Amino acid sequence: MEEGRTGPKPWPGAAEGAPVVETRGLTKRFGAQLAVDGLDLVVPRGSVFGFLGPNGSGKTTTIRMLMGLIEPTSGTARVLGEEMPRGTRRVLPRVGALIEGPALYGFLSGRDNLMRFDAADPTADARTRRARVGHALDRVGLTSAAGKKARAYSLGMKQRLGLAAALLQPRELLVLDEPTNGLDPQGMREIRTLVRSLASEGTTVFLSSHLLDEIEQVCTHVAVMARGRLLTQGTVGELASSTRGRLAVTTPDTAEAVRVLKEHGVNDLAVLDDRVTGELPAGPATELADLNAALVRADVRVRAFGTERASLEDAFVALTGEGFDVAG
Amino acid sequence: MSRAEAADAGATAAPAPAPAPAAARRWGLSLLLSEVTTTFRRWRTLALLGVLAAVPILIGIAVKIETGGDGGDGGHGGGGPAFISQVTNNGLFLVFTSLAATLPFFLPMAIGVIAGDSVAGEAGSGTLRYLLVAPAGRTRLLLAKYATTMAFCFAATLVVAVSALAVGALLFPLGEVTLISGTTIGFGEGLLRALAIAAVVALSLVGVAALGLFVSTLTTSGVAAMATTVGLLITVQILDQFPQLSAIQPYLFPHYWLSFADLLRDPVYWDQVLRNLGLQALYAAVFGSAAWARFTTKDITV
Ligand SMILES: Nc1ncnc2c1ncn2[C@@H]1O[C@H](COP(=O)(O)OP(=O)(O)OP(=O)(O)O)[C@@H](O)[C@H]1O
Ligand SMILES: [Mg+2]
Repeated sequence: MEEGRTGPKPWPGAAEGAPVVETRGLTKRFGAQLAVDGLDLVVPRGSVFGFLGPNGSGKTTTIRMLMGLIEPTSGTARVLGEEMPRGTRRVLPRVGALIEGPALYGFLSGRDNLMRFDAADPTADARTRRARVGHALDRVGLTSAAGKKARAYSLGMKQRLGLAAALLQPRELLVLDEPTNGLDPQGMREIRTLVRSLASEGTTVFLSSHLLDEIEQVCTHVAVMARGRLLTQGTVGELASSTRGRLAVTTPDTAEAVRVLKEHGVNDLAVLDDRVTGELPAGPATELADLNAALVRADVRVRAFGTERASLEDAFVALTGEGFDVAG
Repeated sequence: MSRAEAADAGATAAPAPAPAPAAARRWGLSLLLSEVTTTFRRWRTLALLGVLAAVPILIGIAVKIETGGDGGDGGHGGGGPAFISQVTNNGLFLVFTSLAATLPFFLPMAIGVIAGDSVAGEAGSGTLRYLLVAPAGRTRLLLAKYATTMAFCFAATLVVAVSALAVGALLFPLGEVTLISGTTIGFGEGLLRALAIAAVVALSLVGVAALGLFVSTLTTSGVAAMATTVGLLITVQILDQFPQLSAIQPYLFPHYWLSFADLLRDPVYWDQVLRNLGLQALYAAVFGSAAWARFTTKDITV
């Protein structure tokens, strides 16, 4: 069943061939709690796939099922063409994973931690182990701290070491559960750079995160979970454009502007300092020029006028709701 | 990581783009080796071995003080093998005395700590999930863990024996060995018998090791698993003392432990020694299978 490591023409977004991850009706129940509920997820090969969802929505549980750590209550999960958890021995050497933060042996040095994780992989060549460990350390910027006991690592250093463990071999799929947790801004930038460079080598990256900016910057595809269910999946562009953009007008005459815009069917108007924003009416596209002309006719002094493209955050909030409380 | 950009991109990995070479694909000893070195590098493991090494020293000094250098006979004390009275005549007997003293509790307790923590400790700290996605393979990992615990059984027994031999040689004369049956053998053969006894003592611990490993697969708390294993050991040792329970006692794992003394007879009485080893094998099979059944189907949620 095993083919070469990567496709012949690796480039980001190349959706050729079978999906890297494909789940059908994937469900996990913990007692009475339905953690993941009938998930149908498709991760195209070569994508950088953002996996979004509020706290407790079932992201980590899904990732654990994909990695064969827990057995689905029902449904199937296929990773690199093989069903999990049956295919773990053949699939996982080609997958690097960071699951719910790093876990390390505090009494071992950073380097020895990696040596141990590499020794656990029966397909890893012992003769190249030291070199590969050195390279992985270098790649996450930990070379100078490699001899330090992991117990003495800071949160960000631990996170980097966990990432290094995922990079010990060339991987077809990299699964990263909140990889930038605890990293400093430079660290976050470097992770983004790393993800992009891995993707350009042909590695499919499956990235769960709460940082929507980050997802928007690096991902080609997204899926959004809430309460164990998949709300949507598709390309980043599709998701953002599915949420209508907002009209934004900058003017000192905010009260008058609100009145005029309301007359023209603009909803959900909000005023912040000298900015008025609102949702454009549904249906046939309203001619923006007409709106602007109406404002000017009403002697509203318009300083700036335009629409803001919906951000991923708008789309996310539109899908999952504003509420702050974690779903029980 | 700053070097991660572009140029470096393709070079991360090993010069083995194809699936790793056939030789390395076999089960390989890498994991076992890593498991053994990781266990023996822990401060806790070394502390346990240190305590075990101290036992013969304490016994040796106590005997030396009590007899005041006078080669007198301490009188044969009750049930256990009466090696202690021989120690002043022959330091080699300190090996037998120390093994007989540590086998009921110290040795199995140390094994209980190592076996109990083996899976549960890693589950609790989360490193288990990274070993499994490496992927170590659940059966392979469990076998490596059990083999490491066995290695610790031998190491612990050897530490007691070697420490006892050193202390015995330092404090007492060495020489010909008078066996329980009255025959006398040379010091060389006595040393061989001591080695055989150490091996039998180490193998006597196979059952507790399997029991501890099974308990370890039940929880994600290393401390809970250690405490449960040691608690079980103490309970079973107490049950083994009640005459009313004589019907079940032959099936309790410590029941034949002290039979190793039969190796000091001429000819050797094999009966109880073999029963002991058979019982240990039975425990290893039963609890080993239970551990396997549990571990290979367990959800790893930590
Ligand atoms: N071992 C478990 N036993 C019982 N319930 C669990 C267990 N693990 C997870 N859950 C429940 O399953 C749901 C999904 O949890 P999960 O960890 O997958 O969320 P998540 O999307 O990763 O959240 P976060 O963004 O906070 O990491 C939660 O309601 C959680 O309480
Ligand atoms: Mg999570």
